[in-house]
Amino acid sequence: MTDSLMIEVANLTKRYAGNTAVSDLSFSVRRGEIVGLLGPNGAGKSTTMRILSCFLPATSGTARIAGFDVFTQANEVRRRIGYMPENNPLHQEMRVREYLKFRARLKGLGLRRSRERVDIVMQQCDLTEVQKKIIGHLSKGYRQRVGLADALVHEPELIILDEPTIGLDPNQIRSVRQLIKDLGRTHTVLISTHILPEVEMTCNRVLIMRRGKVLLSETSENLQKTMNDGQIITEILAPIEALRTCWEEMAEIKHFDIAPTDGDFFRCALTPSEGADVRPQIFSAITQRGWTLRELSRSRQSLEDIYMRVTRAEHEEESL
Amino acid sequence: MQAFLTLTRRELASFFVSMTGYVIIAVAVFQMGLSFVILLNNLQGESTPMPVTEVFYVTAFFWLILLLSAPVITMRLFALEKYSGTFETLMTAPVGDLQVVLAKFFAAMIFYMLMWLPLLGCILIVQRFTGGATALDPGTIASTYFGIFLIGCLYMSLGCFASAMTRSQMIAAMVGFAIGITFFLLSFLSEQLSASKSWWSQALNYIAMREHMRDFSRGIIDTRYVVFYLSLTVLFLFLTYRVVESRRWK
Repeated sequence: MTDSLMIEVANLTKRYAGNTAVSDLSFSVRRGEIVGLLGPNGAGKSTTMRILSCFLPATSGTARIAGFDVFTQANEVRRRIGYMPENNPLHQEMRVREYLKFRARLKGLGLRRSRERVDIVMQQCDLTEVQKKIIGHLSKGYRQRVGLADALVHEPELIILDEPTIGLDPNQIRSVRQLIKDLGRTHTVLISTHILPEVEMTCNRVLIMRRGKVLLSETSENLQKTMNDGQIITEILAPIEALRTCWEEMAEIKHFDIAPTDGDFFRCALTPSEGADVRPQIFSAITQRGWTLRELSRSRQSLEDIYMRVTRAEHEEESL
Repeated sequence: MQAFLTLTRRELASFFVSMTGYVIIAVAVFQMGLSFVILLNNLQGESTPMPVTEVFYVTAFFWLILLLSAPVITMRLFALEKYSGTFETLMTAPVGDLQVVLAKFFAAMIFYMLMWLPLLGCILIVQRFTGGATALDPGTIASTYFGIFLIGCLYMSLGCFASAMTRSQMIAAMVGFAIGITFFLLSFLSEQLSASKSWWSQALNYIAMREHMRDFSRGIIDTRYVVFYLSLTVLFLFLTYRVVESRRWK
């Protein structure tokens, strides 16, 4: 039963002097998934990752990685994970190749194997041309890739990345995301972030955390469905009375709103009945009547909205 | 074992890729040079029954070098890793806490012994120009170096301990220096009290490092001293290990 599960976390609690960082957390990740841990600062993402990577022990509860307990079988677990901590700490005074070689040897790879692996990960992370440079002199994007290369060098089954794109410029973010996506084909990946589009773009599944708890665990597909529940917005040049009757006649539209905008156009916000996509009907109705159309779009509910909804609901519950 | 060697190598290399290692060695060599001048001066005067190594030892530069260099060598071992965060990547690699502690201690020891090598040069020069094996006995030189090694073990291990407790190199150096100089000053206390026969003045006699080192520089290896230094080293390394491990109980 543990074969298909990469991470199993059950009732995990971590208390620091006085405050609870993670409380009664349970979730599991299957092999081959890319899972995003999402949450505001201080939600317990980093603490969870530190426990999973055997850096910190949990106060109570268990966590297993590939079937091994993170506390009692720490060395087995460490061999199977590649972990990149928050802010990506590196030995600034070392050269890229030297550092990766050192990490590979430290993780128990043989001499020849470590040489091969270092070459491979440097290629994978596009580091080959800076291999002789001193890490402290590299740009942030390169340093981030050095950190990623370090996490990959011993071919771990699970890759844990704590905020891998923090502080990068948009181009670098894109290339790091692409790299993570590529990794997801062969590895299980757990990333944490508070940047919402990142999760939307790279992950199969999202876990939204707040105050040390998982509030929502949803696959990206389901999320997409939820997100598509939004309204249809259209801007049409037509007499307002005619518009009103037109929407009233259309059975799929539950509710509508018409407001005048600039240039005699009317902006209509249409709420269709559950799950229906009425854009084609709307378009044909407009063309039949010979009206002028300048916008027809479905407002997608963003992950941000869902996130806000989920975290706010929690907040209200607390204040009751 | 592989992890241990890899770590030791990296720790040792990090002394030499940054300026620290060179600065420490330069300062130590400078002080050895000064003591060499005094030593030559002393040798020109009346004849003395002391071996040359002891003549060097009594110049007090020995303690200056030891007390100043030890905290500087050890301060970055743990504190820098904690400060820069690399401690996390280190401790999430498949290496044991004990391996990490021992590797850092060994690297510091190797560097410390390298630092003392120039002294051998001074001694050889004396031998060359006094023109005879009579002045210098290889046994005395070996026992002097053995003493330097044993005292080094103690000072490196307490430096490791100081460094493991904090994330600031400055505090690590100061704590290491404070513990180190306390040990050193206790030997003065024992000299002051040598007349009295109370139990604690006798106990202090066992900690009198000045006395120990004088014996080593004369070519006497007392096993009581060896046991004293090795057991204290083990104690401090054990404490360091517990401090490193302590993040697991918090």
